[in-house]
Amino acid sequence: MSIVFDLFFSFMKIGLFTFGGGYAMIPVIENHCVDKRKWITHDEMMNVTVIAESTPGPIAINCATFVGYRIAGILGAIMSTLGVVIPSFVLIFAISKFLDNFLDIAIVANAFKGIKVAVGILIVDAAINMMKRMPKKIFTIIIIICSFATMMVINIMSVRLSSIILMLIAAALSLIYYTIETRIKKGDKDCDLS
Amino acid sequence: MIYLNLFFSFLKVGLFSFGGAYGAIPLIRDVVLANGWLDEERITYMIAVSESTPGPIMVNLATYIGSTQAGFAGALVATLGVILPSFFVILLVIALLNKVIDNEYFQATLMGLKACVVGMIFATGLHMIKVNCMLASDKVAFDYKAVIIAVILVAVLVLYKIIKKKRFSPIALIMISAAIGIVIY
Repeated sequence: MSIVFDLFFSFMKIGLFTFGGGYAMIPVIENHCVDKRKWITHDEMMNVTVIAESTPGPIAINCATFVGYRIAGILGAIMSTLGVVIPSFVLIFAISKFLDNFLDIAIVANAFKGIKVAVGILIVDAAINMMKRMPKKIFTIIIIICSFATMMVINIMSVRLSSIILMLIAAALSLIYYTIETRIKKGDKDCDLS
Repeated sequence: MIYLNLFFSFLKVGLFSFGGAYGAIPLIRDVVLANGWLDEERITYMIAVSESTPGPIMVNLATYIGSTQAGFAGALVATLGVILPSFFVILLVIALLNKVIDNEYFQATLMGLKACVVGMIFATGLHMIKVNCMLASDKVAFDYKAVIIAVILVAVLVLYKIIKKKRFSPIALIMISAAIGIVIY
């Protein structure tokens, strides 16, 4: 039972301290669930990230549900999801009721200017750490570079292209590449045998 | 009935938004404008508030819009609407994952997806740093205070890693950045 409460409070903390949405949540979840609690491995965290990106809905909810279920089944999934949502809900509800000019408060605006810089840096740091763990294969590196370049162009030109299209292309390419690669290897073996 | 309408509108948002909040914002805007809940200016303000408060942006927006339209119960049904699809889709994925995780073709596809996501995350982070350190996107003018904050934060991350051989806590970094922001702006 205590693990369920640990999940709840952990994700509550994650929900309370992550600004800037899903991408920003990835390094915080990784720090807590992989490095500190050792609930999941780095490799599983990468899987969670990919799954969260390729399924609909808030990335934070996807991650919380996934980690919660892995650790403590359906109850874990519910408690983690509730944990990540409750700080948001309470804060925003209070703001909508009592603070009509939330963004005009100087201290809030200034703190947030600082936070926005930190969020960008944390996201880059998370990406670098993930990259270090990727297999050093030419094909993988090419995919990373291509998706990076495409995303940069999308951001700079502010084109409205869904990231899901990018992911579908990458998935298809790597499936084709793998199929051809194994065919060739198999072909080599057949030659050796004959 | 406003509650049902809020619930199903946000259920739709939760079900069809891929890639997190940035994919969801256009959807939410459409839903809100189509229902005549808020005007353009008010939505833009709410998006700004949702991005500046902690937690998932989509949840923040759902709670905010629900609350302004139908009070506490409205906030509750809108928030439930936006998280339920996610929750059930992930449970479904976990069930399927156990069946396919050892399949070599699935593994190959997953590897391609990982590479793609890493590239996307890297680009998004860099873009965020660039946007925050520049005063305007159309000309080269730096916000020197933001650049100073960025340099301090990177130094903290790198030095901590060299000295302690561990990664600096992201939450601590966010608190430091907020404190510096309050001091220098």
